[in-house]
Order: sequence, then C-alpha cells, then structure tokens
Amino acid sequence: MKPPRKVPQGVYRFPHRHLLGIEGLQPWDITFLLDEAETWVEAGRRARKHDGRLEGLTQINAFFENSTRTLLSFEIAGKRLGADVVNLAAGASSLKKGETLLDTALTLNAMRPDVIVIRHESSGAVALIAEKVDCPVLNAGDGRHEHPTQALLDALTIRRRLGHKNGGRIEGLRVAICGDILHSRVARSNFHLLAALGAEVRAVAPPTLMPAHVERLGVTAFTDMDAGLEGADVVMMLRLQLERMEGAYVPSTREYFRTFGLTRERLKAARDDVLILHPGPMNRGVEIDSAVADDIQRSAITEQVEMGVAVRMACLDILTRDRRMEGMQP
Amino acid sequence: MRSILFRNARLIDPAAGTDRRGDLLVAERVIAATGEGLAASVDAEIVEAGGKVLAPGLIDSTVFRTDVDAAIAGGITSVLLMPDQSPPLDDPALVERAERLGKPRLWVRPLAAATRGLNGCELAELSLMQDVGAVGVATGRAAIADAQVMLRLLRYAAGLDLVVVTHAECPFLTAGAVATAGEYATRLGLPSAPAAAEAVQIARDLRLAREAGARLHIACVSTADGVELVRAAQAEGQDVTAATAPAYALLSETALAGYRSFARLSPPLRDETDRAAVRAGLADGTIGMLASRHDPRTEEDKRQPFADAAPGAAGCATLLALGLSLVHDGVLPLPRLLAAMSSTPAQRFGLPGGSLATGAPADLLLFDPDAPWRIDAGTLPGMSGNTPFDGIPVSGRVLRLLKGGETLLP
Repeated sequence: MKPPRKVPQGVYRFPHRHLLGIEGLQPWDITFLLDEAETWVEAGRRARKHDGRLEGLTQINAFFENSTRTLLSFEIAGKRLGADVVNLAAGASSLKKGETLLDTALTLNAMRPDVIVIRHESSGAVALIAEKVDCPVLNAGDGRHEHPTQALLDALTIRRRLGHKNGGRIEGLRVAICGDILHSRVARSNFHLLAALGAEVRAVAPPTLMPAHVERLGVTAFTDMDAGLEGADVVMMLRLQLERMEGAYVPSTREYFRTFGLTRERLKAARDDVLILHPGPMNRGVEIDSAVADDIQRSAITEQVEMGVAVRMACLDILTRDRRMEGMQP
Repeated sequence: MRSILFRNARLIDPAAGTDRRGDLLVAERVIAATGEGLAASVDAEIVEAGGKVLAPGLIDSTVFRTDVDAAIAGGITSVLLMPDQSPPLDDPALVERAERLGKPRLWVRPLAAATRGLNGCELAELSLMQDVGAVGVATGRAAIADAQVMLRLLRYAAGLDLVVVTHAECPFLTAGAVATAGEYATRLGLPSAPAAAEAVQIARDLRLAREAGARLHIACVSTADGVELVRAAQAEGQDVTAATAPAYALLSETALAGYRSFARLSPPLRDETDRAAVRAGLADGTIGMLASRHDPRTEEDKRQPFADAAPGAAGCATLLALGLSLVHDGVLPLPRLLAAMSSTPAQRFGLPGGSLATGAPADLLLFDPDAPWRIDAGTLPGMSGNTPFDGIPVSGRVLRLLKGGETLLP
C-alpha cells in the first residue's frame, strides 16, 4: 500500500498526478486550480516576481511541435517559481528519425526532471509519455485532443472580467466558441471545462469544420454565426490554419471572413458587454476584424496571455507539491 | 501412416449441413469413413472425443501475414493470404513462393494483387498467377480509387472466373483518417472519416460488378449501410459475398478510449448501431464468412500515439474463441459459425476442405466449445499479440488439429 500523500493541513489535495486534460477533472478540481492561479496574478504584477518554491527542481519543456507563445509562457512560469527550466524545442519530424517517442520519453526521464511539460502533434502522445516517466507531466497541447492550461487561462480571464455581473462564476454564462472546432484542442478543453462549470456552450463553425457528434460533449452546435452569437456573454474565436483555407475546408479567406469573421456589426447580436477571447496567434481580417480585436472595452486577448503565466505557475506549483514535501523529509 | 479413429464425437459437417454424434476414421491422409461404431485396425490411434466437436479444420478467409503458429493455435488449417506482402503478390513467382511459405503445416491460398504493386492503376498478370495457385484476386488493404480501373479489373477477372476481393473504404473519404467519425473520434481528437465511406465504396463496386458480370467478395463489412447494400444485392440475385472480423461484431468505437492502439483497425471500429447490424448480417447469412484479418504488428508499430500506430490486429489465434462467443450470445448456431469459417470460404474460392465427406482431406479440428480461457496479449501464440481483446475471457479450446492426417496440435 502506498503511504498517504503529504499535504499541508487545510490545503486541498489535488488528486491527479499529471495534468493531461480537462476531461476527467471534477468541477472543484478546476475551481481549485483557478483559485490558486488567481494568487499568482498579483504576484506577477510586482516588480520582483521571483518566488523560490521550485528552487532546485528541474522542469523540462519538451515541445515536439513548434510553439513560441506557450513555450515562452511555461518558461517564464517555471523561472518565476525558481525552477531550473530547460527547453527542448524540436519539431517532431527531426526526432522521429530513428528514435521512437517512447525512447525519447525514457531519455528525458533519465535526466531526472521533476516536471515535464509536453506538446506533441499527435492526440494522445502526451498521455503515452506520461505512462513512462516518473514525474508529473503537464500537457501543453496534444494534436486535436486537449490543451488544458489554455482552457484554464480562458476561464480565469472570464472569471476576472465578468466577475462583476455573475458573482465571479462561470455558471450560467453563454459562451460561443467559433471557428475551426474540428482541428482545435483549445475548443475541446474549453468544452469540457465550461460544461463542467455549468456554462451554456455553443460551438459555432461551418459544417466542414464541425466535428461529428459534438453535442455529446455537452455543447450546442451552430453553423450560422449570427444565430450562434445571439445573446453571448463570451465569444471565443479560434485560429483558422492557413492550410485549411483556400478550398480545403472553406473556399477562401474572404468568404470565411464574410460568413464567420467577427466584426462589430456581427457582434451586435451578442450582449453589449460581451467579452472577446482568442487563443492567438490571430489572423486579423480572417477570423477577427482588427477593430474588434483591439477593442479594449471588450477584447481580453492580451489579458489572456497574462493569465496564461499565472495558470501555468499554479499548475507547476500544485503538481510538484508531493515531490517537494518528499524533499523535506530528513 | 497411422490411422486415427475419433470415437463418440459431435460431428459437425458444415458443407453437408449435418450435426450428429458418431465416429470418424482418418486413414491415408483423408477421411476414410464416418458413422457409428466404426472399427479400426489394431495399430490405429483411438481418440475418445467424449462428445466434443469434430469439424473441418478452419479456413480463414483473410490474413495479411502467414503466421503458422498463430493459425495452428486457432484451429486453422488454411488461410487466404492477402496480396499486401513485401513485395506485393503481383507476379506468378511471388504467388508460388507465398503458397510454399506455410508448408508443411498450413495451407496458404494466395490472393493475387489486382494491380501491379497494388498501385491501383495497371492490371497485374491475373491469369498467370491463377495458373500457379492464386485462388482469387484482391485489391488488398485499400480500394481501387479509379472506377475505370476497377471496371476493367472486374471484367477481366470475370473472364477468368476469379472472385474479386475488394476493400470497402472510399480512399478519398478516408485519406488521413484513423477512426470513424463519431463521439469517440471527437472526444479523442482523432482524424476521422464518416462510416458512409464504406457504403460509398460497396455501392460503387456492386454496380460495377453487375456491369461486368463479375463475382464480388467484400473483404470486410463493418457498417449498417454496408450490410444493407450487400443484403439488397444478394436479394436481387447478384453474385456477391461478404466477410467480417470478430472485432466488428464484438467491439465498437468505445474500445478506442485511452488511445489503445491495439484497437486501431482498418476499417476502423464503428458505433453500436453498426455493431448490431454486423451481428444481424452474420445471423441472417448476409455476411457469410468470419475472417481473422490477422495482421500481427511489432511493439514499435503499435507503441505509438494512436494516429501514428500501424493499423491491424493479430486474429488467427483468437478467431475460433471469439466466433464462439457469438454462438454463446445466440447470434448464430454453431454449425453456421463453422460454415462461416470453413465450408463457405471453401465453396466461394473453390478450395479443398471445409467438409467431413468421405474422401475429403483429413484437415480436422477437435475442440471443446465450452472450455474457458482468458486472452492474453503477452502470451498469444504467433508473431505478435496485438489484439484488442486483451484480458477478455472467452471459451473454446482446440484439443486436436490435423492437416492431411498429420497431427499439428497438441
């Protein structure tokens, strides 16, 4: 029998070793992560941002798929907590030559990291690696599957920005997630998170970019943008990858902008105080009009980036707690 | 060669449609006699069957690899080998070699590649391959995309009286897909294709086969629409048969949960409606054959993220036991199951075996349909244990297997 985990008195014992996805988390797990992240927002606004609680721990950011923003965010989060952060930024293609993914995982594990952050182009790859390593694993995006820290930072942004009208709760809010749902891990993680917290979630996409049976994830599907935006408290736009435009899934970027682009005109269907989110990087003039993206009253796109660091700090802190407690044993 | 007398067995002859208690005598590599109270020479081996089932050795109508140990463990004495070998079976010499590879313990009946290198463009030398032992012609793991090529293939094969075995998945719809579009593919974020990809291909191939007057065999039917198309064509009198594998009657997309790459199959697992339709198709005979689609894969091929793993499952060693679970479930009676794995493929492809008639080759399977065991991927006989049924309890054990009168098992 395993010894009981040592957690300080009065602290919620987060019952998961890894953070591989939002699916499977209980609403109180999510709320706990958000509450913890909240404390890091203030810490991040001070001039001296350093907190040494991950001192001496090694954090590997293994990014098998290209990323700038998420990698940077995880690196900053780790460094602010005092961890020794190492980045392995290799396109999956270069690693695929010869070595299998599991061998790569075993190699990483042999470096004795204390936490590994992984992004991979294949759905399920992060979970596969997590089975093979001895430390907590944080999913920074696997294929089209999940991107849990993105959903958490979105929720934190919503909570902070719309707290005044809903008592700081996500429950009951109408959230429209619009664009390339089919290929989006951000959308999937958000579906699970927002549904778990009781929001009314709408998936808005052209039929070619809408996954099958999306309603079974607890959301309502709309193929008409105007109908989908009706009365929305939050509009979350998704990035349309360039290779999916120009005839593959939609005929052209200009037609897409006409039918699914977020413009001021179109936003009139939503609530006046609607909050606009985008996981970035944006394609201005494709899925979102610049006037909307830069509307400081309603757009929280840059704030999302700030919340990202806070959420990642909270996740790194929480997942390494057991390990740090062990370190304190005589 | 020593004669063998099986005493007091349940003799199921799917070719004759009989199921009775009796004795069976094997002499000189053939079935010498069946009946009650048979006498044998003094030196004959006497096997007291005690009411266990004695049936023709199984004929597995689709395998992708010649895996002798797996076949024998599963009570299989003949396999139809798909042309997707390395290199593909598109040349008479390769067909001859493929046929020899199972000897002396397994009959390998090669299916000729429909097109050179299975490229889907140029017809392969079907007549020459037929002369050296190809029992049919197959498109392999993929359908022929070009309808013109398919029509010519069907016409040419009809002239040779060869059955054309087709893979029923529209290659355009399934490009890049690793799962069936549905709840699980959406949840797991896997590239998927609609189940209609099968019906689209079957509908085209049925129509072209009718145009050509060809004999068509759908290698694997896995969807409700696919079953219905085959059923309707058979009702109209078209010369079409179909097979499926146990996975499509026993599993659905839910097996993909946790990204289990052993459940990555081609065609992919479908939803519950399709699974029920496949069972109904087996029950009413629309799907006349149950094949293993044996496709052993190495650890390196399967220990990958789901979408990067190779498709296919090992199936020979579990074919009988999984088939029997359909009998235990009441989907079809035991003699019908045995027909689906012996006499029906024998008749369709003109093979010896599948019969207990006097003079038939002594390819015989004695088994206990109720003996329980648990499928274990780690110890499954054969090249590899990549089965989606790992850990599942089944019943049905091979007690004795004969090929041409020679004992292969135990």
